[in-house]
Amino acid sequence: MSTQTLQSKISTKNLNFYYGKFHALKNINIEIPANTVTAFIGPSGCGKSTLLRTFNRMYELYPKQRVEGEILLDGKNIHSSDQDLNLLRAKVGMVFQKPTPFPMSIYDNVAFGVKLYEKLSKSEMNDRVEWALQKAAIWNEVKDKLHQSGSGLSGGQQQRLCIARGVAVKPNVLLLDEPCSALDPISTSRIEELITELKADYSIVMVTHNMQQAARVSDYTAYMYLGELIEFDDTNTIFTRPNRKETEDYITGKFG
Amino acid sequence: MINFDTKRYARRKFINALTLTLSVLTVAFALMFLIWILWTLFSQGLSHLSLGVFTKMTPPPGSDGGLLNAIVGSLYMVVFATLIGTPVGILAGTYLAEYGKSGWLAPTTRFVNDILLSAPSIVIGLFVYEVAVHTVGHFSGWAGSFALSLLVIPVVVRTTENMMTLVPSTLREAASALGAPYWKVIVNVVYKSARTGILTGLLLAVARISGETAPLLFTALNNQFWSTDLGKPIASLAVVIFQFAMSPYEDWQHLAWAGALLITLFVLGLNILARTLFRQNQSQH
Amino acid sequence: MSTASQTTNMGAKLDKLFRNTTMVFAFLVFVLLFGIIATLFIGSLPALKAFGPAFFTSAEWNPVTIDFGGLVPIYGTFVTALIAMLIGVPVSFGIAIFITELSPNWLKRPIGVAIELLAGIPSIIYGMWGLFVFAPLFADHVQPWINDNLGELPVVGVVFQGPPMGIGMLTAGFILAIMVIPFTASVMRDVFEIVPNMLKESAYGLGSTTWEVVWNVVLPYTKTGVIGGIMLGLGRALGETMAVTFVIGNAHELSSSLMMPGNTISSALANEFTEAVGDVYSSSLITLGLTLFVITFIVLSLAKLLLIRLSMREGKQS
Repeated sequence: MSTQTLQSKISTKNLNFYYGKFHALKNINIEIPANTVTAFIGPSGCGKSTLLRTFNRMYELYPKQRVEGEILLDGKNIHSSDQDLNLLRAKVGMVFQKPTPFPMSIYDNVAFGVKLYEKLSKSEMNDRVEWALQKAAIWNEVKDKLHQSGSGLSGGQQQRLCIARGVAVKPNVLLLDEPCSALDPISTSRIEELITELKADYSIVMVTHNMQQAARVSDYTAYMYLGELIEFDDTNTIFTRPNRKETEDYITGKFG
Repeated sequence: MINFDTKRYARRKFINALTLTLSVLTVAFALMFLIWILWTLFSQGLSHLSLGVFTKMTPPPGSDGGLLNAIVGSLYMVVFATLIGTPVGILAGTYLAEYGKSGWLAPTTRFVNDILLSAPSIVIGLFVYEVAVHTVGHFSGWAGSFALSLLVIPVVVRTTENMMTLVPSTLREAASALGAPYWKVIVNVVYKSARTGILTGLLLAVARISGETAPLLFTALNNQFWSTDLGKPIASLAVVIFQFAMSPYEDWQHLAWAGALLITLFVLGLNILARTLFRQNQSQH
Repeated sequence: MSTASQTTNMGAKLDKLFRNTTMVFAFLVFVLLFGIIATLFIGSLPALKAFGPAFFTSAEWNPVTIDFGGLVPIYGTFVTALIAMLIGVPVSFGIAIFITELSPNWLKRPIGVAIELLAGIPSIIYGMWGLFVFAPLFADHVQPWINDNLGELPVVGVVFQGPPMGIGMLTAGFILAIMVIPFTASVMRDVFEIVPNMLKESAYGLGSTTWEVVWNVVLPYTKTGVIGGIMLGLGRALGETMAVTFVIGNAHELSSSLMMPGNTISSALANEFTEAVGDVYSSSLITLGLTLFVITFIVLSLAKLLLIRLSMREGKQS
């Protein structure tokens, strides 16, 4: 395993996850480097989304789901009793498989998270909203209709709106759960460009079922199978000279 | 994170805790009244329930008596209301489910039916008075049954339509493919599939009318004596309870509580029966 | 071959017969609504001829001088329903939030059952409980407090002044609230449960508290359905008879205080219709009945239209 960055943004120690009695994640030990794009790949049901959702403790909304083991963000245990859950989630942004614009205007969508935690003047908020929409490469398309509802946009635009919303609160980490799976190829490539730009400021973890996407966009890739972390390395190595046979079989399409 | 406002966060957490506590309190509020009302009903009703309630007639104030004529009168009217209302409801619901794909009649009837479902039952009673009492010059059990049937119909229409629409179209197509005429498809296949659901709707309709007082006030009126003649005024449990409870006589009030308990047990029992049937049906599919 | 065509001919005829029969009955239901309105209208004519539109603004109710006006019962109907909604809607909202967002899974069913039990209790029981149990307690413990503390407020105080009789418009409104709660709570719960998890998770993902998710995401998303549900509850509150008749006091007096007895259209009908002597008296009551029907018709129609719009939107989004 060759991680060359000095600090891990997120790391897990012997992480196990259970849906009720079902053992979904088995002893995961992973170190996610900062300011890079890390992709989680693997066949359906391998646990990649499950792993992603432990990083912001999203699973805690559902009583039958639980975690054993440690997850550290910047070296600090995210489950420790002095870690406030809402604050954690504000630091770790998430974008979902389907675009989820809130039932409010585009402006309010982007401002939503910011308003929760920061006290900004009207002009400061306007600047922040514009900045976020610029970052998400959608500013030019919506700048004249900021007060229209978010659901009036196309699918690709809605997803970029959700990215803007996630970025506006200036989190440290962005978790993307198959962000392009509901989008057409053109929107997908725009978002992939966006992800490559964003990594300068954020640590990005992306789940994808599309191997080629992982190869295009990510710096590091983790291959998972049946709840286990089979191999984690820089993307180039995974796709050209994988260490494990299971990885090679998946990459070359022998199954999946 | 820049510009983090701790005061704001503290306030947000406070508001969250406050509103969620209020939410729990509302549940406690509702449960408290449920328990209180049921407790009153059971303690008052049971203490005045005796064999005599089931064997004696409604008495004049100050004498001993029971509720037999009221119970029987109610049973008669509920049975007839169901007999009249059910076929009408099922057939109308069938039209909405099977034939109402085009045209204006189905959507409009559906709309009207839902209005009738929630319409004030006392106004229904008033309507039946004008049509079936005023015209013939006297109150009658038939008028009462008719009024109750008008309350049965919307419930049966709604559930019949819903249950029949749930039957998958592939089932209908399979029957048609065997050469069955459409009416046979409906009667032999769709009705059979939907029958538990329709029965559930029927039970709920019966539960509903069993507890109704208002529509009987000016149709069946009341009758102090034993009568099974639906052509004349007839006693009903609901109206007797109303009359007795509003009176200043203690023994009448006692009988009212006993009757109230009986009605509630019957209505809740039907509700439970209907829900269990429905759940059984769901789990089979 | 002739028997086959005979059977198909027969089959086709029976098909038509069956279809037409069901159509007739559907039409019957449709016509019933108009029949009710027409019949009641005819029955109201004597009163409308005698009093004209002034019927609706007059507070007179005198069987002796044969002078009737609908203002007191109409006022009472609206006021009791309003009180019922003011109390009932927030409580229903709280219950719906509890069931969908707060409650542990094992508790959801029992509470749902409890709500259905409350909904299933016949309204006459509510009336009796109101009269025999609630009203005396209300008169002894709550009303004096209201009279002393709220009755002294400037301007609004007059609404809360009155002798502690227990019965009256406030009591009637309160009992109605308890009746309306199970219905509106289950409609709200059903509507809240439709909100997609992913949408709520998006808000949690930004660090929202549970309340913020409900207020900013769940409510706006379901607002059409919630309003539709509230209006359905209002329709029922307006038309409720037995729960109100026991505790409203049956007084044909217009008073500004909620603690005083009053009347609603349905309780006036329940109390007086069978004793009404004379055409104009009965007809006045029928006019009230027609008024109530028209009011509930409008409220229920609006509710239905809103709910239809909600389901159209649902279809569009999924």
